[in-house]
Amino acid sequence: MNPFRRIQLLSHQCGNAMQTATFQLGCVLVTAGLLTQSVVAQSSTDQSSSKRPPGRSAAPGAHDIQQRVVKIYGAGGMQGLEPYQSGFLVSPEGHVATAWSYVLDVEPIVVLDDGRRFESKIIGIEPSLELAVLKIDASDLPYFEVAKQLDAQWGDPVLAVSNLFGIATGNEPASVMQGMIAGVTNLDARRGTFRTPYRGKVLILDLIANNPGAAGGAVADSQGRLVGMLGKELRDSGTGVWLNYALPIDALRVAIGDIIAGRATTAAKEENPLLKRDQSHNLTTLGLVLVPDVLESTPAYVDAVPPGRPAARADLRPDDLILLVEGQRVADQKMLTDLLRRIDRRDAVSITIQRESEILPIRLEP
Amino acid sequence: MSLKSCLSRIVFSGLSLLSVGGLSLVCCRSVVAADPIQLDPMLQLAEQARVAAIDRARPSAVSVFVPGGGGGGSGVLISPDGYALTNFHVTSPAGSFMRCGLSDGRVYDAVLVGLDPVGDLAMIRLLGRDDFPFATFADSLRARPGDWCMVIGNPFLLATNLQPTVTWGILSGVGRYQYPSGTLLEYADCLQTDASINPGNSGGPIYNADGELLGIVGRCSFEKRGRVNVGVGYAISINQAKNFLGYLRSGRIVDHATLGATVATDPDGGAVVSNILESSDAYRRGLRYNAEILEIDGRPVTTANDVQNVLGTLPSGWRVDVMFRDRGKTTRVQIRLNSVHGQDELLAKMSSALPPPPPVPDEPEEDSEGDESPKEGGPGEPLQPDQPETPPHPDKSPHGPSPHGPSPHGPAAQAIPKVVADMFVERRGYANYFFNLRQQDRFIDSLRGQFPGGAADETAQWVITGKTAEGTELEVRVADDQYAMVIGETSLQASGRGELFEAVDSDSILGIVPALDAWRTMLERGPKQFGESYYQGTMPLGGQRPLRDCMVALYGGMEVRWLMHPDTGLLECIEVVADRDSDPAELWIRHQDGKIAGMELRYGIDTLVQFDVTNWERKESAE
Repeated sequence: MNPFRRIQLLSHQCGNAMQTATFQLGCVLVTAGLLTQSVVAQSSTDQSSSKRPPGRSAAPGAHDIQQRVVKIYGAGGMQGLEPYQSGFLVSPEGHVATAWSYVLDVEPIVVLDDGRRFESKIIGIEPSLELAVLKIDASDLPYFEVAKQLDAQWGDPVLAVSNLFGIATGNEPASVMQGMIAGVTNLDARRGTFRTPYRGKVLILDLIANNPGAAGGAVADSQGRLVGMLGKELRDSGTGVWLNYALPIDALRVAIGDIIAGRATTAAKEENPLLKRDQSHNLTTLGLVLVPDVLESTPAYVDAVPPGRPAARADLRPDDLILLVEGQRVADQKMLTDLLRRIDRRDAVSITIQRESEILPIRLEP
Repeated sequence: MSLKSCLSRIVFSGLSLLSVGGLSLVCCRSVVAADPIQLDPMLQLAEQARVAAIDRARPSAVSVFVPGGGGGGSGVLISPDGYALTNFHVTSPAGSFMRCGLSDGRVYDAVLVGLDPVGDLAMIRLLGRDDFPFATFADSLRARPGDWCMVIGNPFLLATNLQPTVTWGILSGVGRYQYPSGTLLEYADCLQTDASINPGNSGGPIYNADGELLGIVGRCSFEKRGRVNVGVGYAISINQAKNFLGYLRSGRIVDHATLGATVATDPDGGAVVSNILESSDAYRRGLRYNAEILEIDGRPVTTANDVQNVLGTLPSGWRVDVMFRDRGKTTRVQIRLNSVHGQDELLAKMSSALPPPPPVPDEPEEDSEGDESPKEGGPGEPLQPDQPETPPHPDKSPHGPSPHGPSPHGPAAQAIPKVVADMFVERRGYANYFFNLRQQDRFIDSLRGQFPGGAADETAQWVITGKTAEGTELEVRVADDQYAMVIGETSLQASGRGELFEAVDSDSILGIVPALDAWRTMLERGPKQFGESYYQGTMPLGGQRPLRDCMVALYGGMEVRWLMHPDTGLLECIEVVADRDSDPAELWIRHQDGKIAGMELRYGIDTLVQFDVTNWERKESAE
């Protein structure tokens, strides 16, 4: 029996015991070091146990995760476009979930952690998630369950396994990194000057995970369960900072399932979908005239307030700066119109404005 | 930052980090903090173990500073007499002299000892103590991805207060192969970590969770996020460094090994020879095109990458066990490994790999008279941590050639302390010839201490008699310009070293004579009068460890190598190389009860003669 498996298994057993104990003691953390220690202690009478000293490994299950992560080689190779990325197995028959990117412009080669190489077929993509599912001709592979409900939250320790920088050449297994989920929030990012199609929930990681080639890598929790897929390199649209994030698996689950089952792909449900133009708010319905939108990012300054309209009734005035709409930051006029498109025109709109040096909440009744 | 607050920070971050593996829970979200938080005793134990490991490791970490503000890096002490390892690219801007700080708050002068420019290793020696704290070596082959590790060093040259920075992480990968950066550097079989490694960490230690030395931090993947950690740092494995320690102590500029064959990964698996030099030792030992290499130096190989990963960690000139399969037949042989570069080629590439001279501060440059006001590196001066980049896109402009030597251009050249100057001798092909001379002295002392025929004498003649297992009598006589041997009914003679060269080149039994005469001459004259000679370093004997001390000397156009046991100091084998493209004569010496009991002459894998020594006489010269 694979010693890694064995440790993993044992750590599950004593993990449960620890869990109970932990709650009784009201303790903060159960540590990996502890688990391996107790595992080794427990199995020291067992001749098959690993001879490695206790507390050595941060993640006794790292190897199990590595076995489920694949390296993908495809198009690219020009400056700045690495011809490789990562993926992970989601079925024993060789379905591989990965990020949909230029690398998949050709039928990609998939390399398993033991060095086996396969030609693959792209069996489906979901553009709104930038997700693709590949299929290789293999069976009995180790794979991740794409679980229904995973309650991944900030503070959860995770391991990220990917082929970042293409470091793992030949038959080497992918790279393992450790860190935590630093936050769960909606993605607000851009690639170059373009906003990303996916704007939904992401896991922000405190490890430097999203490097070239890391897209499609797996993020797993301390029990080796899949919690997310590393996304492509992105910068925050506000600050320009490179993001370290993963798409949570519950956002991908339906699309992965549909693609594998051959059903038509569906876009992930947006929390605030775009409404039809004649059903949503816009500047006219609110009676707002902003300064001319001439810059790439023109601030949402009010230029005029036609009388009798919601804006005028709420005493909005020229030179007011709209800061927030429904609690969401308004970076520029484009964003304001976009946010308004998501609000039913029969609903009132709460905004926050700056007037001179005052910050004022305003409610626009239709 | 004080030690205490530093530690408490580590402990704090440790709490959060320790929770990664296994089944862990974060339930603090709902904990009502009425009482001070009680830690689980096991958690406390784990945390104490980590603090203890850091305490154990930190004293051996070295902060390297190039005097004059030329940069710096990190290093690690490996012996109580001050030998330390760092990177070639850390010492190269410094030349022969640097200043090293330890966490005890003291600064020591250090002198360059040896260089391995291909492996990016340098050995330096800190001066002034014989009780330096030093690291214990781990076995880096046992490290696994997911193992905790820590890096201690001098990132961004922050350790101006000499307190090194500790960063903690896991091993992300082991046995990584990093393609050469530029033309020289090659990282084979290296470790990859997500512990923060930044410019200035170069040359410093990476330790395992027990505080044992796993490797020497080398380079990082830096890319568009600027020259800071992007989650990927590499370290030269300590097992590779162990192979090179003896070579580095020799004060030489050393090279890496090549098999003389190229390999490719077969689509059906296995590392298969795709090309082989007919002049290589590998070819002479029967390795052929299409043979599958199974094992090198005791390590199984299955791909071309594996082969390079093992070879890249071996010094040139080593002879290692290789197992291969050719047409269904599996063979295990010992193969001598060639150098990757010719010596001139290595030195040329090395000088072109050197960084440009450190920036000279704005002050007007003083002439050599300005010796009384040496410019020293101070906290206010610009310091440039040095760190080569891993090239995912090797778009770096190549560094132009720059002068190398003990006196590089710039302020670093000034004011070398006398203790350092006394331990530095410049010589082509050497990082510091001083240390080679020391090793030569040690070698000859050891050789003279075991001379089988009594004390050395200027004009002695050796007469050695022996008997083979079959009962054949054998006699060898060597003196200056008199070489003769009789075996059974056959009498063989040589009138000069030219004839001895021929004998070795033709694999003659007379090859026993130059080995013995070189030994005799070395004993009588010592390495300084022998002719060109140098201490090579340590290498396996017959593919076996422990590593033997090896001394090399030129003898009548032949190269003679003496191999000595590291613990007993006894001479075990003398090799005489006539033509590099043919097998050397090997005279193996069998010791018993403190005496030389027998000898054996081999060429390649063939034994020509084996005999017991019955008498060993030293006679005054016939004159």
